[in-house]
Amino acid sequence: MVEEVKPRVKVPKSAAAGEVVTIKALISHTMESGQRKNKDGNLIPRRIINRFTCDLNGMNVIDVAIDPAVSTNPYFEFDAKVDAAGEFKFTWYDDDGSVYEDKKPIAVG
Amino acid sequence: MHRKATSLVALTFGLALAGAVAADPVDDTLVVETEDGTIEMRTKAPAPDHLKDVMEFVYSGWHYREDETRDLQRDDFDNPGMVYVDRGLDLWNSAIGTGGESCAGCHQGPETMAGLRAVTPRVDEKTGALMTVENYIDACVTQRMGLEAWGWTGNEMKDMLALISMQSRGQTVDVKIDGAAAPFWEKGKEIYYTRFGQLEMSCASCHEDNQGNFIRADHLSQGQINGFPVYRLKDAGILSAQQRFVGCVRDTRAETFKPNSDEFKALELYVASRGNGLMVEGVSVRH
Repeated sequence: MVEEVKPRVKVPKSAAAGEVVTIKALISHTMESGQRKNKDGNLIPRRIINRFTCDLNGMNVIDVAIDPAVSTNPYFEFDAKVDAAGEFKFTWYDDDGSVYEDKKPIAVG
Repeated sequence: MHRKATSLVALTFGLALAGAVAADPVDDTLVVETEDGTIEMRTKAPAPDHLKDVMEFVYSGWHYREDETRDLQRDDFDNPGMVYVDRGLDLWNSAIGTGGESCAGCHQGPETMAGLRAVTPRVDEKTGALMTVENYIDACVTQRMGLEAWGWTGNEMKDMLALISMQSRGQTVDVKIDGAAAPFWEKGKEIYYTRFGQLEMSCASCHEDNQGNFIRADHLSQGQINGFPVYRLKDAGILSAQQRFVGCVRDTRAETFKPNSDEFKALELYVASRGNGLMVEGVSVRH
């Protein structure tokens, strides 16, 4: 329950056509680096979010490869140009194979 | 010409910084951008009556932190503490009780808890006990849900504390210090002014006599707890007021009281009363 991974995104509700909007995306995740040891001295296996992508209406906006140095709860802030109304789709890829998704609509006008 | 003007500005700025090293609370306004619009926080208020002899104004600890730390609290999305509020909401809605009870089953939405954080610690009328938010959570968890008690500073407790505190955000802190609360308050006050540890320091040594000064690299605040629980950057996690007390007392090189001890509960009441008039900040960000 506490381990739960939870994505959060912030997208403006609307934008003018062609406007560049700021998008914030955060996911709560321990980002276990694989370098740490537990109490018994054994390595804790690596488990991080290794890739994050954002698409607008099927067009890729950003595609990030993430490495173990990125800290817990990775947070990305980036800009996207909005030409037409539609939906932002956010995807996080976990080392353990899980894929977390979130979607946010944006209106134009 | 333009260049000259810039360097002049830079010079003035540098001087201003040098002046700030004596370090009073920063003059700034906290407007928090939330999902449902903005809230302007009262982070400076006239001191409550019982403090009038000692200081004129009370300031939220927010005023004593650096620009970057203060900025994190201006937008709920940037505030890392909200992750714990979200976790608390999941916990609130899940059927964790031995009989399948959830918090939501009895209390509906967490918004029914609005106002609680602003008036606690308070004395329970029936039992005469001093109750913090954690005490209320503990009573539900152990008595109504039949669970084993949550660790006082464990994840579940603090997630729930964060969620419940958020419901009172923007409400004015107003803990009762008279009537049934008076003996607890007096006890808390005595602890506040008692010197502890090998360093022989009381709460007042730092947070009353030296507020605004630096203790090594730390800018001493008034030690207000209206912003608690806080997301503490140093710990990358949520910290409750009594957990912070432990850190303070430990730093005086004393054996500390335990969270939920009678001593710390009384101290929490007294320290909260020093912030009567400030606003509950829900989950604040400090370093």
